[in-house]
Amino acid sequence: MTQLQYKGTGSATGRTGSQYWHSKAAYLGVLPFLFFTGIFLLYPTWNVVSGAFKDNYNNFSATVLKAIFNDPIARHAFGNSLELSAKTAIIGGILGGFFAWAIATGKPGGVFYKVAVAISSALAQFGGVMLVFAFLATFGFNGLVLTFATRFLPTTFLADASWLYTMNGLAVLYTFFQVPLMVLVFLPTLENLKPQWREASDALGGKYYEYWLRVGIPILTPSFVGALLLLFVNSFSAYATASVLINLADFLTPLQIATALTSETGGSNPAEAKVLSFFMVIVVVIAMTLYALLRRNVSKWEQRR
Amino acid sequence: MKQTIKVRLWRWTIISIVAFYILVPLYAMFDFSTKPFGFADKGRTFRAWQMIGEQQNLFLAVTRSLITAAIVMALILFLVVPTAIWVHLKLPLLRRPFELLCLLPLAIPAIVIVVGIAPLYRWISINLSESPITLAGVYSMLILPYTYRSLSAALDVVDVHTLAEAATTLGATISRVIFGIIMPTIKTGIINGSFIAIALVLGEFTISNILNFKTFQVVIAQIGRSNGNVAVAVSLASLLFVVFLLLIIPTKKRQGAVLDVDLA
Repeated sequence: MTQLQYKGTGSATGRTGSQYWHSKAAYLGVLPFLFFTGIFLLYPTWNVVSGAFKDNYNNFSATVLKAIFNDPIARHAFGNSLELSAKTAIIGGILGGFFAWAIATGKPGGVFYKVAVAISSALAQFGGVMLVFAFLATFGFNGLVLTFATRFLPTTFLADASWLYTMNGLAVLYTFFQVPLMVLVFLPTLENLKPQWREASDALGGKYYEYWLRVGIPILTPSFVGALLLLFVNSFSAYATASVLINLADFLTPLQIATALTSETGGSNPAEAKVLSFFMVIVVVIAMTLYALLRRNVSKWEQRR
Repeated sequence: MKQTIKVRLWRWTIISIVAFYILVPLYAMFDFSTKPFGFADKGRTFRAWQMIGEQQNLFLAVTRSLITAAIVMALILFLVVPTAIWVHLKLPLLRRPFELLCLLPLAIPAIVIVVGIAPLYRWISINLSESPITLAGVYSMLILPYTYRSLSAALDVVDVHTLAEAATTLGATISRVIFGIIMPTIKTGIINGSFIAIALVLGEFTISNILNFKTFQVVIAQIGRSNGNVAVAVSLASLLFVVFLLLIIPTKKRQGAVLDVDLA
């Protein structure tokens, strides 16, 4: 590399000139990545966000946005989505949190620990098509529990598969992947609780429940709430399970979006899909921001993650 | 740790409740898949399990999904990883924007990405290819946050700057520094990323279903419409396969990787 090459960069000394030129050229290195993310990530994001403020003829207007905001069907679906996500996050969080505690108090690296973690990892991604089949095989027509219930408990709701297709049924299905997810998220936190805290509490004469009441729960609360937020986002974004089980457009917002996008009866309405998507993004962004703020406090004592 | 009887009782109560909730549907799947169907059988039958072998579509879909996963991995290896290292080494100013860009997919549910990307894939199917393998593009974006996290964790541990300076002083070119020196030191992070890629591609339903691509999950859903027993058998088989894989992969490496996928 000769000085001649950098003549045009206008620096007085050759060295700084070359460095200046060098760091400018370094920016070219991110171009391929930027090009790719531009196509597959930034363009779709922009498409949704800007599309929320357009009508179906590509003109800027907030009419669709307002109309859907005030639409009772959309509101109902959105409310259902929020309710389902909050419910399953709380139930899954509590069950999964306790189960994580049960795993953490066992022998670390033992058979139960390994199997429980492996099953949780597999089941946390079990949502969707396979999950629906599992529950149809259990509670659906000709399923295990249904057959059992029709013989022994014919008066209970279990003897009729229709409950599976309601909000409560969907909540039971969602909890099935929320519990393992909670285990995966919360187990590292529990394992990072310092044994010294427990020892200190014991040495000062604290009982087991007192340790949890005074030390464990206060210290875990931010992590727990953070985990609940993740679980909330997880089921709020879920589409596959609901779409395979109940394909009713006005039931949940993701289903409504899919119908607006692909309606085969000619009722396709991309503007509506974009507005609904925009509302979903707002909720997720709020939840994730809260999560990030909580994590910042948590990471003071928990270094690992 | 010494445990009182009360604590043990609590522990086993919780374990049995959760185990009951999780194991009953799994057993029900086994029960359902071995139920007789058609006219020929009585009692228990493994015909549904044998019929898995006859599902041509399923094998085509699995092969295509594996090819897609390989492309996603290649994109990570030759595009995302080098860019991450490059930004880390040379462009400290871009670190924050790069991080934000990589974490952006966390704020966008898959169903929303479909809405934004549908016109692009309409264009791709008309002008380039109708193959589901083109989904590699959007899939690599979906796993970007998880790749970024495991990468940045790995890059923070290794002193990349010293390595790069030493290598350059000894005469290595920049591509040699990235591919020959730094990438081998963050191998674990990269392996994690590949694991996530396979899990994501095989498990993805939302995007492929709405865009009408016949991927693994979409084909299972189709089989479910014509033959429930076979679909349940396939589901259980793949679940058991995943659990088996997870048990043989060392815990430390795996936990991080899997943890990350779940938030997808």
